[in-house]
Amino acid sequence: MRALRGVDFDLAAGEVHALLGENGAGKSTLIKVVTGAHAPDAGEITVAGRTVHGLTPTLAQQLGIACIYQQPALFPDLTVAENIGLRLEHGGATRRIDWPARRARTADLLARVGATIDPEAEVNELSMPEQQLVEIACSVGAGARIVIMDEPTASLTQREQGRLFTVVRELRTAGVGVVYISHRLEEIFALADRVTVLRDGASVGTHPVAAMKEADLIKLMVGREVAQLYPPAEAPPGDVVLDLKAIGCTASGVRGVTLELRTGEIFGLAGLVGAGRTELARVLFGLTPADSGEIRLNGRRVVIPSPRQAIELGIAYVPEDRRRHGVILEMPIAQNMTMAVHRTIFPRGWLRDGAEEALALDFIRTLAVKCAGPDAPGGTLSGGNQQKVSLARWLATKPRVLILDEPTQGVDVGAKSEIHRIIRRLAKDGLAVLMISSDLPEVLGMSDRIGVMRGGALATVLPGGSDAHTVMAAALGQETNKGAA
Amino acid sequence: MKRHFRELSVTATLLLVLLGMAVFAPAFFQPQPLLSLVTREAPTLIVACGMALVIICRQIDISVGSQFSVCGIGAGLLAARGWPLPLVIGAAVGLGAVLGAINGWLVAGLRLPSIVVTLATMVTLRQGLNLGQQGAFVNLPDKVQWFGLNQSAGQWVLVLCSLAVLATLGLALRHWPAGRQVYAVGSNAEAARLAGIRPQWVTFLVFVLLGALTGLAAIMNVVQSPQVQPLAGAGLELKVIAAVVVGGVAIAGGRGNLWGAFAGLLLLACVSPALTHLHIEAYWEKAIQGAIILLAVVADGVRQRRSGP
Repeated sequence: MRALRGVDFDLAAGEVHALLGENGAGKSTLIKVVTGAHAPDAGEITVAGRTVHGLTPTLAQQLGIACIYQQPALFPDLTVAENIGLRLEHGGATRRIDWPARRARTADLLARVGATIDPEAEVNELSMPEQQLVEIACSVGAGARIVIMDEPTASLTQREQGRLFTVVRELRTAGVGVVYISHRLEEIFALADRVTVLRDGASVGTHPVAAMKEADLIKLMVGREVAQLYPPAEAPPGDVVLDLKAIGCTASGVRGVTLELRTGEIFGLAGLVGAGRTELARVLFGLTPADSGEIRLNGRRVVIPSPRQAIELGIAYVPEDRRRHGVILEMPIAQNMTMAVHRTIFPRGWLRDGAEEALALDFIRTLAVKCAGPDAPGGTLSGGNQQKVSLARWLATKPRVLILDEPTQGVDVGAKSEIHRIIRRLAKDGLAVLMISSDLPEVLGMSDRIGVMRGGALATVLPGGSDAHTVMAAALGQETNKGAA
Repeated sequence: MKRHFRELSVTATLLLVLLGMAVFAPAFFQPQPLLSLVTREAPTLIVACGMALVIICRQIDISVGSQFSVCGIGAGLLAARGWPLPLVIGAAVGLGAVLGAINGWLVAGLRLPSIVVTLATMVTLRQGLNLGQQGAFVNLPDKVQWFGLNQSAGQWVLVLCSLAVLATLGLALRHWPAGRQVYAVGSNAEAARLAGIRPQWVTFLVFVLLGALTGLAAIMNVVQSPQVQPLAGAGLELKVIAAVVVGGVAIAGGRGNLWGAFAGLLLLACVSPALTHLHIEAYWEKAIQGAIILLAVVADGVRQRRSGP
């Protein structure tokens, strides 16, 4: 899979250039190439008229390229002055540190970005926007001519956002080129001079922002979908299994989600990264229990305080990060598959290898897991097959509701369509499937209904077969195509 | 086969050593000295079983030596007051479980790192015992030694008892859901939690179990002599952790079994008598044991790097 395919991108001094694209369009990869974290395998990079070969993070820094990530990369237990000193001062590990100069420089840099932060404050005492300001001060201090900001407003309040915008505009006036990445279209219109849209790893055009309308940008981001065959639904959905009424969880930011899930139905959950989809799944699985609203399962009101309870109620959750949360890599496949069913399939509390092996062999056959055998450790499998093992663990619990979080992320194309067929078959067998996916064609192709989340809330529910444009517009918060819902 | 490479290689080494002894120092196999050797190691084996569980769960407990001393002295004092032996045994096991529960609560409940917690409880218990006991031995009533049996019968009771604990825990670890949960938590606590296992609860319980087993081991040590020494458990933690690690239990958790820990313990225990029988200076004992541990750890590191991701 190529993350980037022949992208042309240029940035002028004293310009704010927005970079736009849906999840996985290649924005992050482009940043990594420009900051020297990834080496491109084709093309060239020119900085201030000089073609650069073999860009490394150090070289990028020397060239004046700075990147401010969504999560600032500061040392939390050191003071602001120490953090800035570490980035900007050079010299041996045994040199003598000039503390007054370090503090003075920090104070000066903070003043230049309009921050009122004590240089002696420890970073862990600072708020997120303050930490971003420290990062920006760092890049100013390093004499950065190119500043890349990756969704800087994702965790900011309205007022903090205003302050950040002021700083960005000041950088522009000072002749710095700013690459600004954001999903929020209104920010792009408020701040950027030009915008480049990425789709599937390729640039689909650079335009002056003044000449664009929101609808134009959405159209560029979504484009025309490549036709791909998804298994169709064969029967209409059955009864309501899971009924959520105004579910909320303050801790994880899920707000007032109301939806009904029926047997035999695949309910796709779309939205941008951070829209609250995984958070909703974690609420339903009892990892961060709901603190408002009502959950009904088969008409009976339930509380889900822990994963254990969720499993007992017949809810299964196949997590997103299968290597960290799904498959235990050093454990044999068979043990991985039976991990959630110790109490039900071994009623007398005695694990018989035979029973375990039989269950594992059954799943290996029905899900077509390619492996050396039930004793092979989970870590020896490919991504798609690990995903099947993770799925098998949850199918073994005989759930009524199956929550899938990015079921085909990082899975190759063949395994992907295999997993799609499995999901459809499970729905046909009467499971209610809630499928979170950032892969828009997948959501569109697989879902019987599509919920779009934004800012922790369910923004809208669209019928299956909706077009990408409508879903993307809902995810971005635009009110185009109102009639579609 | 490949999965049990470490257990098999330790067992093979042990057999090789025993074979060597059979050829060069057959006197090693005289029944009575051999029985005495095995009896001395019986309490250690019991603690090693508990320690293996704790380490598989990706924790460690370095306070077992102090727990062992405290339980031993406690049991001795009760016996000296004339408590009947079954009650004394129960009290020692219960006291151990309480000490283990304190460690377990600090580690699992407050989520503190086990190495620091048990370092603190190790020092606290040992110094508390020194303060209370002032180094004095506790003299036991006559009928306590060897449970009031003759020596050889008492030795057999201890050996069989420790083997019974080994077998029970070994089977439980392999065939009980609880055992599987220990592996799951030690491999990946978050994945285990998502599978409906309660990692903090499992962690707490392995500490309690280790404490109870340490109490049992202490009483098994007490009955071997007419007096209880307050320093009986000094250095026990190192001996036990060494045996477990040599036996192939991964210090990073999630891997290993009790057979390996058993073989590792026997291998290390053989060193001293082997030296005696081969007329080599006893100073070599620790050096050789250290070399065995180093070899085991290096072998693990090399294998891991070769098969690693």
